Amino acid sequence: MAAPEKSPLLLIPDRQVGFIGYGAYVPRYRLPGSAVSHIWRFGESGSPVKEKAVAGLDEDVITMSIEAARNALARAGIPARELRAVWVGSESHPYAVKPSGTVVAEALGASSSISAGDWQFACKAGTEAIVAAMGLVGSGMGRYALAIGMDTAQGKPGDALEYTAGSGGAAYIVGPADEALAVIEAAYSFVSDTPDFWRRQEQKYPEHGQRFTGDPAYFKHIQAAAETLLRETRTTPADYRYAVFHQPNPKFPQRAGKALGFNDEQIKDGLLVPVIGNTYAGAALIGLTAVLDIAQPGDRVLVTSFGSGAGSDAFALRVTDAILERRGKARSTADYITRRTEIDYGTYVRFRGKLAMR
Amino acid sequence: MEIPRHWRINPQRYELIGEECPHCKIKIFPPRDVCPNCGGEAKEEYTFSGRGEVYSFTTLYDGPAGFEEMTPYTVALVKLEEGPVVTAQLTDLGSTGVEIGMPVEMVTRRIRSDGDERGMLIYGYKFRPVGFTTAK
Ligand SMILES: [Zn+2]
Repeated sequence: MAAPEKSPLLLIPDRQVGFIGYGAYVPRYRLPGSAVSHIWRFGESGSPVKEKAVAGLDEDVITMSIEAARNALARAGIPARELRAVWVGSESHPYAVKPSGTVVAEALGASSSISAGDWQFACKAGTEAIVAAMGLVGSGMGRYALAIGMDTAQGKPGDALEYTAGSGGAAYIVGPADEALAVIEAAYSFVSDTPDFWRRQEQKYPEHGQRFTGDPAYFKHIQAAAETLLRETRTTPADYRYAVFHQPNPKFPQRAGKALGFNDEQIKDGLLVPVIGNTYAGAALIGLTAVLDIAQPGDRVLVTSFGSGAGSDAFALRVTDAILERRGKARSTADYITRRTEIDYGTYVRFRGKLAMR
Repeated sequence: MEIPRHWRINPQRYELIGEECPHCKIKIFPPRDVCPNCGGEAKEEYTFSGRGEVYSFTTLYDGPAGFEEMTPYTVALVKLEEGPVVTAQLTDLGSTGVEIGMPVEMVTRRIRSDGDERGMLIYGYKFRPVGFTTAK
């Protein structure tokens, strides 16, 4: 793309930034969609996904973030002490009050002279943290910032979301563009007050306005964000080798991609929801890790998240030569997806704390 | 009640940070500031790789207070590649059986919650089988 002249809409920091490291995490347990259908529908309903990833008894957003971040640090090749921010985006932080970010920072060996904290914006909490990291690094306030999108997604037993609400996510280290394995050429955020999905304080499971989840929420925001990014950067879908969208199920991102002018070839490699489920704040970001695992220098990638409530962050990325020597320094996303132990509904109920012990 | 004791040992528990003896170079875990080998003062921080192998193990069906929700689980003596032996839970076993000599790696996991669901969450090291593709 011709260096976009400063569009008033695009998010482009004064100093160009990019991802210098990335890391995925998927827990090892899988609940097949058929197991949910068996319990709640006599096995008569099909599932939108083959299976979803389920966190083990000793896992939560903090532990999963630690592992994804260790993978990101390994690829970045920097010590944790050089981070200036540790930000975790999630809708399943283990504590209502007490940051996940400080535990993650300390477990990584980050310094105490950092900004640490948690982000909340339903499924786009992780990309929201990345936009903030672009600002911190792009302004020169810090050289490196860690932004994570991770969830142990909740779905009410028997609800349609129970087929898909999965566990996993990814961590990204934002740094100067000249050190990046993928340069962020531009970003754009689009939000509106939309009541499609929410969870009130102290409620265990989310509610969703059935009518609102498709057109006025997911499609409207994804398309507005991606279309504006394309227009303002003067690029077209044909300029991108890959496109990754938030993926609550396989159909939504495919339909959104098609409407924007992307084909299945561009979408398929970042579409992980059929095998790990919808990892909420982790969904678009872990899809991107699978793309970075195979992308070639020069490839462009368009990423668009979606968070209920509602909004989308869109990013135009360009992969650099550094990808080739860095991606092998941590486990690939495919390694995690292949590590797989199937569980039954009873084990799932126990693992996800749906079993009252007292 | 127990909060101060928990946070003072965060570095060794979250990251497997021990010590290296400046005199005889052996690696020490947990940190104790005195070398168990030569008796010299040893206060240099050393971060262990987290890799090791199962030296011995047992499965607990009745856990001590605070661990009931995790039972049954396997506790192992893990011989770290740098030498020291640590006691830790094994995790992510799936259907993998445990064997003496099995290669394992450190992960940071939730150990227990301090008291009931209102209590503080305690995180620390556990070990899991290395048996999936390792980074080059
Ligand atoms: Zn000594």
